[in-house]
Amino acid sequence: MDSTVTSSTQRSEGLAALRKWADQNRRGLSAAVIFVAIWLLFLLTAPGTFSDPLAYRAIFTVMPVDIILAASLVFVIASGETDLSFPSIFGLSSYAFAFIASNGGSPIVGLLAALTVGALCGLLNGLLVTKLGLSSLVATLGMNFFLRGLINVLTQGIGIPLTFLLDTPFYNVMAGQIGEFPVAVFWAAFVIMLCLILFNLHKIGAHITIVGDNPESAKEMGIDVARTKTITFIIVGLCAGFAGVLSSLINNTWWPTAGDGYLLRTLAAVFIGGTPTWGGVGTVAGAALGALSVGFIETGLIGAGLTAFWTQFAYGLVIILSLIGHRFNQGRYR
Amino acid sequence: MNTPFIELKGIYKSYGNVNALNNVNLIIEEGRVLGLIGDNGAGKSTLIKLIAGVHSPDRGEMWLRGQKVTQWSVARARAAGIETVFQDRALADQQTIARNIFMGRELTNALGLIDYNRQRREAERLMREIGFTSRVFSPDSRVMTLSGGERQGVAIARAIYFKAQLVILDEPTTALSLTESEKVFAFIRELKARGAASIFISHNIYHSFDVSDYFAILDRGSIVYTADKSRVTSAEVLIHKLQTVARHGTLDVEHS
Repeated sequence: MDSTVTSSTQRSEGLAALRKWADQNRRGLSAAVIFVAIWLLFLLTAPGTFSDPLAYRAIFTVMPVDIILAASLVFVIASGETDLSFPSIFGLSSYAFAFIASNGGSPIVGLLAALTVGALCGLLNGLLVTKLGLSSLVATLGMNFFLRGLINVLTQGIGIPLTFLLDTPFYNVMAGQIGEFPVAVFWAAFVIMLCLILFNLHKIGAHITIVGDNPESAKEMGIDVARTKTITFIIVGLCAGFAGVLSSLINNTWWPTAGDGYLLRTLAAVFIGGTPTWGGVGTVAGAALGALSVGFIETGLIGAGLTAFWTQFAYGLVIILSLIGHRFNQGRYR
Repeated sequence: MNTPFIELKGIYKSYGNVNALNNVNLIIEEGRVLGLIGDNGAGKSTLIKLIAGVHSPDRGEMWLRGQKVTQWSVARARAAGIETVFQDRALADQQTIARNIFMGRELTNALGLIDYNRQRREAERLMREIGFTSRVFSPDSRVMTLSGGERQGVAIARAIYFKAQLVILDEPTTALSLTESEKVFAFIRELKARGAASIFISHNIYHSFDVSDYFAILDRGSIVYTADKSRVTSAEVLIHKLQTVARHGTLDVEHS
């Protein structure tokens, strides 16, 4: 008798804890629901493609880049700003990598140079926004054009082949394969872990959300608003640099257009992932799931026998439907 | 007299062409409550934001326990034991109660990782101490769901947790119910009992008269009247002073 009472109390306590956890993580969870829904939809409509491990290998080969970019953007958006310059930071910093590596330099030095260029571009974005008081939307839009222009002027539009790196230890560690499994997935997982720790457990993550929520309150409580926002831009720059190097290695080539196609699909991934546009909240795990969702849409449509013309149509539909879903989710729990 | 907790000497502050503060000299004593009175735009908020470190003065000196202060900031002010309950309560609506209480002074380990369990535990204790009447709220509740009095409680919890030596309360009873206001007064009496200083700003002169030990009237950026409570027989005296200031534009600086 006693033991039944205890176990039922324990169960209800367990349930309460689970409900609390679900409530606290509702944004990430609804991103998971969207991801699973997309996956199931394609599993039903394109069973041939989505039951074949090869499809997942194809997805996981390119997804690390999307996941790293999306995770980093959560920081800047949660701080109440935005960054549209990451595609060109991606291009410029991976150019630094390709230039050094192709001129006989160590690829590790090249990677460090890429991270440095990314961080410096992020710092510049941060200073433009916090010191000069420019709108981050417009300032980073300008930076995106400016940096891409700089790349074109520097390279005269000529790419750099990186095939000479194939099968070097550096290549194998960064973008090789373990059996059939792409190593880059581990790097994405590593970056996600770092981002999760920074955003959810470290005080800088708390400061970022507080600044995005109410900068005046943050200032009154002694949080350095300008410094906090600048850090978010630097995080984006660093991740864009790292993603750029990974992408160049995966493609065996550095292109002057590197990063160009990532702007809208990465933003879509962040918003599908459950980070709202208004600042103060965000979810790194959700952004990673959002990036996977976007990747699945692309592969899934082709697998389902639709032409690539449908891709944008499907993106649009998924973005709008998931925003409606997140909105509904909030209304219900608040 | 003991060394004052804070002494302001010849403070000036202007925003553009507006002289917000004009040669302000003021002493804030330990273990006593200063009632800071003045009309809207008199410079009360500017003055307390200087003490709190949010703004810095254009000219003038601030002395803390007999030491001249340089490079003042909110972080330094808070480290020195000065907590401010701002008029807007300085809250972040979408964040939890616990995160709001420890805003800017999170309980972290050496790596900067937040000790969430401890923050939650302390928040729960503070919420009980302040007397959160509703059991619906937990330290994980979002601040946007709280009432005006509860929001005030979250702001006051900061001053309690960090055992502030000086608590500045800017319009702490505005929009609060009678019982909620009474909790604020009880808090000020506790501060006094443990020897901490406080500054009480209110448009309600009766509240100010009841709770304060000495008074300062600020008018257009200048302190025009200071008096110990022993010299002020009733709230009406203060009201009369304020009215005189308003009518004649100025009152000769008077210290009694």
